[in-house]
Amino acid sequence: MRLNYPPNVKIIKVPCTGKVDVIHLLQAFERGADGVYIAGCLEGDCHFLRGNLRARKRVEYTKRLLDEIGIGGERLQMYNMSAAQGPRFAEVAREMTERIMTLGPNPIRAKNRKP
Amino acid sequence: MIVAERKPLEQISSMIESNSKVLIVGCGECVTVCSAGGKKEVDILASALNMIRIKESKPIEIRQETLERQCDAEYLEQLRGFIGEYEVVISMACGAGVQFMAEKYKNSLVLPALNTKFIGVTEEQGVWSERCHACGDCKLHLTGGVCPIARCSKSLLNGPCGGSANGKCEISPEVVCGWQLIIERLSDLGQLEKYEEIIPINDWSTNRDGGPRKVVREDLRL
Repeated sequence: MRLNYPPNVKIIKVPCTGKVDVIHLLQAFERGADGVYIAGCLEGDCHFLRGNLRARKRVEYTKRLLDEIGIGGERLQMYNMSAAQGPRFAEVAREMTERIMTLGPNPIRAKNRKP
Repeated sequence: MIVAERKPLEQISSMIESNSKVLIVGCGECVTVCSAGGKKEVDILASALNMIRIKESKPIEIRQETLERQCDAEYLEQLRGFIGEYEVVISMACGAGVQFMAEKYKNSLVLPALNTKFIGVTEEQGVWSERCHACGDCKLHLTGGVCPIARCSKSLLNGPCGGSANGKCEISPEVVCGWQLIIERLSDLGQLEKYEEIIPINDWSTNRDGGPRKVVREDLRL
C-alpha cells in the first residue's frame, strides 16, 4: 500500500498488547516520549483471548497515574485495529501526532533539555 | 493477607519534598499479592516520583529494593550496608513493616507509601475484601465459618439487627448482611440450632481494647 505516516512514530513490537505493562508505559514517558499509543488487535479478535482488553485497562490506569504525575493522561491512548487495516494504522498515527503536537512536548523532556 | 493501597502520589511526593536521595523498599509478602507494594509497584512509584521531581526541576536519586518481607529482622538486615546513604526511606510495606524498619534503623527516616486497609482475601483478580478483624478470640466455630465481628457492620454477636433488608446491610446496598450469611451458612450445614444459642457478651480485652498485643512462645525462643 506504501502508505505514509508521520516519521516521529517509533514502533516497539510486542507479541501481544497483553504484554504491555504499566511500568513500560511510564518508562516511555520517563525517557522522554511525548506521547504513547498502543495499537492492539480488534476487541474480540485477540489470539490470546483477552490480551487487548487487559492492555486497555492498564492504559486507563496509567492515564490516571500520568494525570497524578502531571504529565497528562491524554498523552496516552489505546487503539484497536487489525493487521489488515493499514490505512487505519496510518490514520491513527496522524491523529495521535496531531494530538501531541497540540499538547506540546512532554514536560519531563522539556525540563531535561534545559542546561 | 494484609491488604493495603498506595497513598496518592501527591501525598508521597510531599513527604519527600526536601529530599534528593531516596530509598524505596518494597515487600515481597502480602502487599505483593494485593499489588500495592511489591517489586512492580516499587518500579512504578520510583518512575512516577522521578518524573514528578524532574517536572519540578528538583531531580532526585532513587534506589529501589524489594525485600522478602519487612516484618522479619533478618530481611531488613539486608539494607544495613547502604541504608545510611539515603536521606529518607519510603517503605511500601504494611504499617508493621514500616514500623519495624524504623525500629531497626534508628537513624533513618522511614516513611509509609501505603495505607494499610485490612486482613482479607482475594475475591477475584483485582478485588480484595475484609474477612478478619484480628479480635483475638475466634468465633468462627459458632457462626458457620462467617465472622460476625468482621462481616457485620456493627460486629453484633447475636444478629441480624433491624437494618438487614433483603440480605443487605443498611450501611450500603452493596454490603451483604453478615448475619444473613451466617444464617444461610448454618442452614446449609444443617446446624441452624447453633443460631438459637445466645453468644455471650464479648470480652474485647483480647482485641485492641486490651492495648497493644503480643504473642510469646517460650519453647521457640532462643
